[in-house]
Amino acid sequence: MPAAAERSPSRLQRVFGDTPTAWLWVMPAVVIILGLSLVPMGWALLLSFQKSDFVTPSTWVGLDNYRRLAEDATFRGAVQHTLLYTAAFVPLSIAGGLGIALLLDRRVRFVGFYRTLVIVPYIMSATAQGVLFSFVFDSQFGVANSLLHTVGIGPQGFLQDPGQALWVLVLIGLWSGVGFCTIIYLAALQDIPRELVEAASIDGARRRGVFMHVVLPALRPVTVFLLVWQTFESLQLFDLVFVTTRGGPLQSTTVVVLYVWQQAFEFFNAGYGAAAAYVLAFGLLVVALVWGAYARRREARLT
Amino acid sequence: MRRPSSWHLVLAPMALVFALPLLWLVVSSFMTNAQINKFPPTIIPDSLHLDGYRYVFHTGHFGRWFANSVIVAGTCVISNLVFCSLAGYAFARMRFRGSRVLLALMLATLVIPFQLTMIPTFLLMKHLGLIDSLGALILPSLVTPFGVFLLRQFFVSVPREIEEAAWIDGCSRLAVLWKVVLPLAKPALATVAVLTLLAVWNDLTWPLIAINSDSHYTVQLGLATYQGAHRTQWSAVMAGNVLVTLPIVLAFLLAQRTFIRSLTSTAVKG
Repeated sequence: MPAAAERSPSRLQRVFGDTPTAWLWVMPAVVIILGLSLVPMGWALLLSFQKSDFVTPSTWVGLDNYRRLAEDATFRGAVQHTLLYTAAFVPLSIAGGLGIALLLDRRVRFVGFYRTLVIVPYIMSATAQGVLFSFVFDSQFGVANSLLHTVGIGPQGFLQDPGQALWVLVLIGLWSGVGFCTIIYLAALQDIPRELVEAASIDGARRRGVFMHVVLPALRPVTVFLLVWQTFESLQLFDLVFVTTRGGPLQSTTVVVLYVWQQAFEFFNAGYGAAAAYVLAFGLLVVALVWGAYARRREARLT
Repeated sequence: MRRPSSWHLVLAPMALVFALPLLWLVVSSFMTNAQINKFPPTIIPDSLHLDGYRYVFHTGHFGRWFANSVIVAGTCVISNLVFCSLAGYAFARMRFRGSRVLLALMLATLVIPFQLTMIPTFLLMKHLGLIDSLGALILPSLVTPFGVFLLRQFFVSVPREIEEAAWIDGCSRLAVLWKVVLPLAKPALATVAVLTLLAVWNDLTWPLIAINSDSHYTVQLGLATYQGAHRTQWSAVMAGNVLVTLPIVLAFLLAQRTFIRSLTSTAVKG
């Protein structure tokens, strides 16, 4: 049958595409990326319904882990600390970044030098930041207390004080996190067409008016991006807490990821830890969905 | 003649807030413990010493940790450049079944938080026999979805005509990618390299989970444990901190434009 003979190579082509080369080229990326994200994601879901200590065979416990989480005061505390940190860090880092970007968005000497100083803390690892600020805020030998001493304020506990530790962590987070918002805003400010600002000024708009009606709306997509990005970062806070307080004092800085890590790798409750991770992931999913909805609405408006 | 702007009155104090802790990091690493332990503590030391650096060289394995970090970060940067280029090009230029679905799936993995996958990834690495080896640190970062996506976006923007000329000359696809397309993609490749370097060099969470013996520590894990073990030796801890932070800050200062462009490129997908 000549027709079938003619069709068979094209069917081969339809199965393997233009060229098997394509499959060969995407294979490493597909195997590693999907294999080390989707597979563990499903695995973690299964784990969260099990009791597992990494060694002995795990047993199926259904929703037990989630039920226990709901009554676990330490976990509830971890969620609260994470939300408090996020509620302080996200708006402050974005507002700070916007303020500094507006300051730096002008032609004065040394502006490049200032910009460099603002970004270097962001390049530093959270470990290095944590080690540095453990020293700066050390209640005995720290330079923070000696500076307070010179202005006549008594020594503070800082990271050793359950009432202050979380807020000191927010401060450290801001010291490094503001730099990221600054460069994102700087790039966005430079993308605003000069003519737009000039046209508004000619129309008689005051500087304040130009800012409110031209600059801020132009920055809105970037602001939404930063809201999502910074929320993701702060909900996933771990390295800094691990290095500075390990969740203490009196569990006042135990955040969700630290809790997950402790459950899984200190107490070997892998299933319970996985359930806690899923609760956090659900929160992140909500953030991602809200962002996705916003992005789609914006696209719809633009087209 | 331009007079110095009065903006410096605002800008300089702002910059100091960011600069002072960094300055203190460097200064205190050159102080002795006696200088640090004085009360009220000295802010400007009268003399500088190398005690901290000597102590850190005797008590820490920073040389080993450095080598480990260089191996892990170097391997991951190179493999990301190779695999993200190949996959990004295939997604941009080749038509094959399932390409859209695969690309969408890869993009979706960008929002999967690491703490969700870390427990099973640990189990997976244990089954592969990689736990407590540098391989466990390298494998998950060999290729990253953001790199694939970024390069795909770049390759799509390259005019087809440039490649067609090479095809007519009888070049293979790999030769076209290597000789024609990749030289044009240098900025995008630099972005992939910088983001991979920052992510891998600065990571603490995964090494903390995957590594037990201190001969396999990375610099970050080494620094964190070193601080825990030598809490009273602040000058040595700060000396170690300087050693860990200096390479990444130097890299940033040498290629500042590239770093900043790379970091801002994360917002483009938004």
